Amino acid sequence: MAGKRSVIPFGPQHPVLPEPIHIDLITEDEKVVEAVPSIGFVHRGLEQLVTKKDFGEMVYVAERICGICSFGHGYGYVNAIEHIMDIHPTDRARFIRTMLFELSRMHSHILWLGLMADAFGFESLFMETWKYREKILDMLEAATGGRVIFSIIRIGGLRKDVPDEVMQGFLPELDKVVEGIKSCEKVFLSDPAVLSRLKGIGYLSKEDAIALGCEGPFLRASGVDTDNRMRGYAAYSSVDFDIITSDEGDSYARCYVRIQEIYQSASIIRQCIEKMPKEGIYVPIKGFPNGEYMTVIEQPRGGACYYVHSSGRKFIERMRVRTPTFANIPALTKTLQGCDVADVPILVVTIDPCISCTER
Amino acid sequence: MSLVNFTKTELKNLFSKPATEKYPDGPATYKEGTRGHIVNNMDACVLCGVCQMRCPTRAITVDRKGQTWSIRPFSCIQCRRCVDNCPKKSLSMAKEYTEPDVEKSQMDFELSDRQKEVLAEQARQAAERAKAAMLATKQKTVQAKEDKPGEKPGADPDPGKADK
Repeated sequence: MAGKRSVIPFGPQHPVLPEPIHIDLITEDEKVVEAVPSIGFVHRGLEQLVTKKDFGEMVYVAERICGICSFGHGYGYVNAIEHIMDIHPTDRARFIRTMLFELSRMHSHILWLGLMADAFGFESLFMETWKYREKILDMLEAATGGRVIFSIIRIGGLRKDVPDEVMQGFLPELDKVVEGIKSCEKVFLSDPAVLSRLKGIGYLSKEDAIALGCEGPFLRASGVDTDNRMRGYAAYSSVDFDIITSDEGDSYARCYVRIQEIYQSASIIRQCIEKMPKEGIYVPIKGFPNGEYMTVIEQPRGGACYYVHSSGRKFIERMRVRTPTFANIPALTKTLQGCDVADVPILVVTIDPCISCTER
Repeated sequence: MSLVNFTKTELKNLFSKPATEKYPDGPATYKEGTRGHIVNNMDACVLCGVCQMRCPTRAITVDRKGQTWSIRPFSCIQCRRCVDNCPKKSLSMAKEYTEPDVEKSQMDFELSDRQKEVLAEQARQAAERAKAAMLATKQKTVQAKEDKPGEKPGADPDPGKADK
């Protein structure tokens, strides 16, 4: 006999949520039967600005779509424009872009680990992981001059070169970060208290993950080996890396995939620094973009699509961004079905929600 | 066992120095090349207005008449575009972040007296050059007019008459 159903509102303000998303949890006793999400609390209309900003200045706006994956958003927009204008950046620019992209991925994943620790109530682990994130932010600051918004990417290459000695200085720092994350990994992946909050919680099958259009680590944790970096944009075709997957499909698997991706990113950064070509960071551009292009890149949270349509004028006609969190929300509602109310915060965090990306 | 592992980390943290800085009690440290805020050297600025044109947020205003250079620090996004495009290299980026304020202010900077004299001298020289160029053009025109009547008979003979 079915129990009495009640609706519990989750968000938009909630201690576990850094950004606002609202979910109506329809519950039967302590079990969630259905989850109805609603978004739209932080829409800023950034895509519309493309019709009012010079196409070169729009890079600054694109970077400000999100504070965590800002480099990726700038890169996605620039990549689309470069394809339209048939510009081929220099090798050094491609390698530095890849290195910065991977540093961003590392800092995003470490941030997620901290938020996860915070969600299951392990405060000291949260602070420990963020201690290592701080080192990544320092590296980004030394390379670009900014900690959150880098303003280094431009159409045709980079606005500023990163000196070789600065990049060589990253290698010992990376070792320290990897060592620190390894010490935290033991707690995340083998602590009995942590395992009780992660193992078997929020299971999503491979078939469901594909059918619901998941992206990124959330998809790979369900056993689907898809990674947009394999398309070989920037310098990813020149570095060696594998797709990290897990067949378990639960919160533990998502944690495992992200931790392994941190090590993988560190390895890609080392390869980039070793193979860094000399000279040349910028190719001059001529004229205005005329045409349309859609590019897909792998952001820390998953595949993000950037569509740009322009008709040979200074101002672009249309820009559209599809972010990974938007693709992961349907699967989130699926994983929430049948879980305990106490597990809802953890499950919301496992998709690594970035609402300001989603709503722009 | 992993609990023991983390206890080790916690004990290490307990006896090591803090990972964070005690700002604002102590000074904040910045990396070399941090984009903090824009500084203009008013001894080198020529008020050309390139920074104003390049600024993506229109935070900079150049007033040539009043000989001032102004910036709205809360509109500036520290992108460094003005610094990269400054022809006289008078703009630079300081490491420290913009200071907090209670309202969205505008900071005005007046040219230094020395730079004012330099610009006035340059303007005077430019005016002289322009005057000289104008005179030269005038003289050329007069010369050309004087030369024209002399050239006419030889340059434009009537071929029909000669044939006859």
